[in-house]
Amino acid sequence: MPERGERGEVVVSMRGIVKRFPGVVANDQVDFEVRAGEIHALLGENGAGKTTLMNILYGLYSPDEGEIYIRDKRVTISSPRDAIELGIGMVHQHFMLVYPHTVAENIVLGLSSADFFFPLREVRGKITEFSERYGLKVDPEAKIWQLSAGEQQRVEIIKALYRGADVLILDEPTSMLAPGEIEELFTTLRRMAEEGRAIVFITHKLDEVMAISDCVTVLRRGKAVATVEKSRTNKQHLTRMMVGREVLFRLRRKPVEEGQIVLEVKGLHALNDKGLPALKDLSFIVREGEILGVAGVAGNGQRELVEVITGLRQATEGQVVLLGENITNCSPGEIIGRGVAHIPEERIRMGLVPGMSVAENLILKAYRRSPCSQRLFLNHTFIDQHAERLISEYEIATPSKDAPAKLLSGGNIQKLILARETSEEPVLIVAAHPTYGLDVGATERIRQLLLEQSKRGAAILLVSEDLEEIMTISDRIAVMFEGRVVGIVDTAGAEVEEIGSMMVGAGKEQERGRS
Amino acid sequence: MILEFIVAALKAAIPAGTPLLFGTLGEIYAERSGVLNLGVEGMMIMGAVTGFGVTLATGNVWLGITFAAMAGGLLGLVHAFLSITLRANQVVSGLALTMFGLGMSGMLGKRYIGTPPPCRLRVAPIPLLRDIPFLGPILFQHDPLVYLSVLLVPLLWFVLFKTRAGISIRSVGEAPATADALGVNVFLVRYLCVFLGGVLAGLGGAYLSLVYVPAWIEGMTAGAGWIVIALTIFAMWSPGRALIGAYLFGAVKVLQYRLQPLGVSPNLLNMLPFIFTIIVLLAGTGEVIRKRIGAPSALSIPYAREEK
Ligand SMILES: Nc1ncnc2c1ncn2[C@@H]1O[C@H](COP(=O)(O)OP(=O)(O)OP(=O)(O)O)[C@@H](O)[C@H]1O
Ligand SMILES: [Mg+2]
Repeated sequence: MPERGERGEVVVSMRGIVKRFPGVVANDQVDFEVRAGEIHALLGENGAGKTTLMNILYGLYSPDEGEIYIRDKRVTISSPRDAIELGIGMVHQHFMLVYPHTVAENIVLGLSSADFFFPLREVRGKITEFSERYGLKVDPEAKIWQLSAGEQQRVEIIKALYRGADVLILDEPTSMLAPGEIEELFTTLRRMAEEGRAIVFITHKLDEVMAISDCVTVLRRGKAVATVEKSRTNKQHLTRMMVGREVLFRLRRKPVEEGQIVLEVKGLHALNDKGLPALKDLSFIVREGEILGVAGVAGNGQRELVEVITGLRQATEGQVVLLGENITNCSPGEIIGRGVAHIPEERIRMGLVPGMSVAENLILKAYRRSPCSQRLFLNHTFIDQHAERLISEYEIATPSKDAPAKLLSGGNIQKLILARETSEEPVLIVAAHPTYGLDVGATERIRQLLLEQSKRGAAILLVSEDLEEIMTISDRIAVMFEGRVVGIVDTAGAEVEEIGSMMVGAGKEQERGRS
Repeated sequence: MILEFIVAALKAAIPAGTPLLFGTLGEIYAERSGVLNLGVEGMMIMGAVTGFGVTLATGNVWLGITFAAMAGGLLGLVHAFLSITLRANQVVSGLALTMFGLGMSGMLGKRYIGTPPPCRLRVAPIPLLRDIPFLGPILFQHDPLVYLSVLLVPLLWFVLFKTRAGISIRSVGEAPATADALGVNVFLVRYLCVFLGGVLAGLGGAYLSLVYVPAWIEGMTAGAGWIVIALTIFAMWSPGRALIGAYLFGAVKVLQYRLQPLGVSPNLLNMLPFIFTIIVLLAGTGEVIRKRIGAPSALSIPYAREEK
């Protein structure tokens, strides 16, 4: 890594920030400073208030108390427009994209420097330029809804870069990227820091903090615990500040006996949203009590695979067999009825009804049956007890069981979904990126939950781009590349390098090694 | 003979569809920005009565038309204030405005009943083009408001799809939080679009009372504002298809008049536009689903920052 020069002036200084939401103090007297040319990590558990703090800086929320200084000048940022004019850019945790529009239209949106007439014309060229310069590959003409989460993330990053922000906030930008892509992103960020920009990097991942940041601020329950130089700290120290206790990541697995085959996928073909083949002759089996990890870079057919199995997408050829019965192209309702649980990739859009209460969200799959309902009526006594039990059992942090689910932080939304899906004792769990965006504590809890389920006998299909996660809890690993399973290996004997090279198509990797 | 009949019918279809075209173009903009305006009927009829009254008082049709547009725009602003600033339920606010408009216009218009308009827009055939056989009389022998409505179609299409403003409008209707995060003033965009919707509805109303009928009759919009709502869906929120839809309805209306002397039951004929509305909606919806062009995602949802 090239030596970086003396770090510059303080660009952003937030002092004594307080932000209250109904039932929580999201930020409590937080002081936060960022310097030019530095990559500043903002570390904290789910609900610690990281996003809230940065939304205040970006003008989306207004603070109840506190002051913001940009280059020693007191400012009031009352809208994102103000923030953009002050040179602040933000890549949000939940993508801020207009899904039916094209990449180019998304980038032009709100861009006052673009031509009024035919604004897309010049922007298209520049997008290509940017994507080449920073290694962020996207097609300017593609519609956002057709892109995978990883690609959507790239659009977000380009969008911020395009606006030439000199303070760039990234809210958990790496969660959907493969190891190689994360390296590329880091290179981009370092280049931008060298150009003198200040970068705020929100994350839960300690490895990333250690790899990329110059400086770390730790938030815990809305309070800034400390700001330390990266060189003066280590992972254990940071974990303790963040969680207030030690966390152990060693999850023991006992080898599974050859159980009954729960899920069998035979020669599966399916198309993606663009109508192009996304799955090409895919086959594998998952047994009772087994966790099959599906590794791969975003956009290689994982999403389509999950959708076909859960009945959300039609297979064009091949079969999905559950416990010996063909469930290919059955309706999602029928598939759920046969004991398949789905932990979807897009939590908020597909995992819950944001405006309904936590208690109601917890019975979304069971409300038609006793004991949730009797004949025409809901059994509120049971529903309330059920909610309270799951909230404490799964440690869901919520103001109350009656609060709308949309008010929960990302980690707690995921716990809610897991609580609903696993409390039903499913025979098969299809989990897509279950710990994406979650902090260490929640990640540990969710992996444990999955392990408990497999111990109980559930078969689990775990789709994840986090290789470490797959290596930690799965029994076997299937690697997907361009819609095919390029190999299935036992976790016990597998090497990270071997799987990593399969993920990018082994051929390509060799070429890269040679050059 | 047959040819003459067809030419006459087609020629009549265009003015008959023009109030709908104005209204639909306006509603497309309002809905594209995420605001459902069910007050079109009320805005049209207020435009009709205002246009008629001002023309009667001043003797100037153009002044009447301008005031009609302003009256529609004013009601549009009321709807904007209720549904954007106060975040009231848009369905309720729109329905309230329709009822208000129908009642208010009835009261204001009492004394105009039976009064002939003092002057009217003259037909202004376009030189040269008017002489094209067959097409000339159908397309190019109309009054200036028809030409205005037709010119608005490509203009509004261009703004919506080929300018920065259009991207802002469409984004505000699809994902207001995203537009807001990029510095687009969501409230301003919505206010302007709803205002424009009101102005165009007002023009549509003025066309009815000053050109098409021309007279003031209580409740003269007779459901045109509701057909506009259906046409907006049929048009898939795009100005070009609004033109086709509006003229189709114009043709149905003409058919209604032409079939009456032939002894077809008037009750049946009165149902025609509404039967056609259902057919159009069914046809439109199928296509919407096939092409994955849905209503703007944020349609009828008020926007507030800091709300998850
Ligand atoms: N708009 C809102 N309305 C109500 N409560 C909110 C809102 N935004 C955040 N909160 C609450 O404020 C607290 C802090 O949330 P925030 O999203 O800032 O956490 P975070 O550190 O970003 O967590 P995560 O890692 O899960 O994204 C949480 O308890 C959350 O439920
Ligand atoms: Mg967050």
